[in-house]
Amino acid sequence: MQTDLQPPRLSLVDLGRVASVGLRTRRVRAALSALGIAIGVAAIVAVLGLSASSQAGLLAEIDKLGTNLLTVTNGQSPLGQPAELPLAAPRMIRRVGPVTQVQYTGSTSANAYRSPLIPSIDTNGLSVQAASLGLPHAVGTRLAHGSYLNAATARQPVAVLGAQAAGLLGIDRIYPGERIWLGGMWFYLVGILKPAVLAPEIDDSVLVGFPAAKHYLGFDGHATTVYVRSVTGQTAAVQSVLGATADPEAPGDVDVSQPSAALTARADAQGALNSLFLGLGAISLLVGAVGVANIMLIGVLERRNEIGLRRSLGATKGQIRTQFLTEAILLALLGGAAGIAAGAISTVVYASTKHWTAIIPVTAWAGGLAAAILIGAIAGLLPAIRAARLSPTEALRTV
Amino acid sequence: MTAEVPVLELERVTKTYGSDPPIPALQGVSFSITAGELVAVLGPSGSGKSTLLHLMGTLERPTSGRVAITGLDVAELEDQQLAAVRATRIGFVFQQFFLAEHSSLLDNVADGLLYANVPATERREQAADALTSVGLGARMKARPTQLSGGQRQRVAIARALVGAPAIVLADEPTGNLDSTTGEQIMALIDELNAEGATIVLITHEHAVAARCPRRIQLLDGRVTSDTIA
Repeated sequence: MQTDLQPPRLSLVDLGRVASVGLRTRRVRAALSALGIAIGVAAIVAVLGLSASSQAGLLAEIDKLGTNLLTVTNGQSPLGQPAELPLAAPRMIRRVGPVTQVQYTGSTSANAYRSPLIPSIDTNGLSVQAASLGLPHAVGTRLAHGSYLNAATARQPVAVLGAQAAGLLGIDRIYPGERIWLGGMWFYLVGILKPAVLAPEIDDSVLVGFPAAKHYLGFDGHATTVYVRSVTGQTAAVQSVLGATADPEAPGDVDVSQPSAALTARADAQGALNSLFLGLGAISLLVGAVGVANIMLIGVLERRNEIGLRRSLGATKGQIRTQFLTEAILLALLGGAAGIAAGAISTVVYASTKHWTAIIPVTAWAGGLAAAILIGAIAGLLPAIRAARLSPTEALRTV
Repeated sequence: MTAEVPVLELERVTKTYGSDPPIPALQGVSFSITAGELVAVLGPSGSGKSTLLHLMGTLERPTSGRVAITGLDVAELEDQQLAAVRATRIGFVFQQFFLAEHSSLLDNVADGLLYANVPATERREQAADALTSVGLGARMKARPTQLSGGQRQRVAIARALVGAPAIVLADEPTGNLDSTTGEQIMALIDELNAEGATIVLITHEHAVAARCPRRIQLLDGRVTSDTIA
């Protein structure tokens, strides 16, 4: 015996060339059979990418609005009656060191209508609130139209509409002399606010000045919600003392909350809906796997002669098995790559229409790629074993 | 390799297919082939030619008896080692050529060494030489689909010869060709044999066998004559 008879291992380049024969020679078929996997991976990447992007968008918005806003509202007394914040509450809160802004609203019992001809029962669910003069800035909103209340207009029958209230009243712009029927008299409109994301209760309110509310609407002057901005980083400390500061006699009657915390929780909870779509993506992957397995089995039957030739050229069973297994993995990998591209593109396009930063989580594309490889391996296993088991003499027979 | 070791030995080789009832394809075939021979195995269809080819090519193992390639007993080798024997010591030429139509002639021939542990660049160099020796040195980049049947068979012969195997087994190499082209292929085989290649032709055509110095006649799984001209 002159040389050892260990069969050589194919180099990666050779393996890649041999394993891509089927893909290169039957391109349409390869593309179609990879389509199922592509759709599945695209669905998974898009779902994960879109939810990450929307979450990031929401968090960015919260960041922009600031997480240092706290609200103090009247809660319930131990007897279950609505409690009342003391008249001095806003002034007391302003004395807390790290507090930078204090603004407040007070609910009145008045209703607002487009005109006196509207039946009084059609309140549209709108509330009329007395509001302090720096409210829009404190809650992170701005005027959409017109102007806000000032020291002069706060004493007059003048109103500003929240974003949703304007919509419900059918008012989309401000013109001189425009008025609404409020608390049994005409109030002139001076402005419409943009939506207040951190204080949605302002959106469906009609805002009037405190002095005007007291004078025209019989309002008692008690604030019902106090909006408190504090130095960033001190928010928790401020939050802990707000109850006692607002109502030293009955701190338990006061509700203190951080609106941005609720929004953050909502952003986190958004992922829960995704499982349905991920499930659909997984089913598509499964169907794709069946397609790949099917096409590989047909390929093995069609390429019997090639298998026989390779065996006669000295390929071992293992090399034939590796060839077909690699081909299935390559096929799935191509589908997976196309799917990731499609999923990423749809995420970017959708995110840009929503003005979010497009985020494609690593878990999404890496997971999609890993799933594709795994599926290719599983789908290719049976065809590869069949190809390897084919006896060379059987494979060389021509029909 | 010393001259005394035959490149191919068969001793009382039998091959039986199936078990109910067993069908004997070969019954006690013995002969040996030494380096440099050009041998025709002649027989009608059903005489066991294909089985003999598969046994000589180590694609199948005999039911009994001994098959040895360059002194290596097939029975003592594992499947993987047999694959290595085919990769390095046996070249096959098939009636249907079995060329990869999407690959160039050069790649087709180079694939003859794919499983023989030869680096890619060297495979291509040897393939170029082999293609030149069959007269297709000018068309290395062409595809098999651009060739005539005779040219395709030349490519297949080059693929079998690349790497200089100890023995080349040609199964009806002219079976798919017209007589003129077949004649040219036979002339090529003569020429390659004259240059030192050991070639076994399996054929049912007397005209083809008549060109070979040694003829082994096969009938019903037995050797009926083994003559050297």
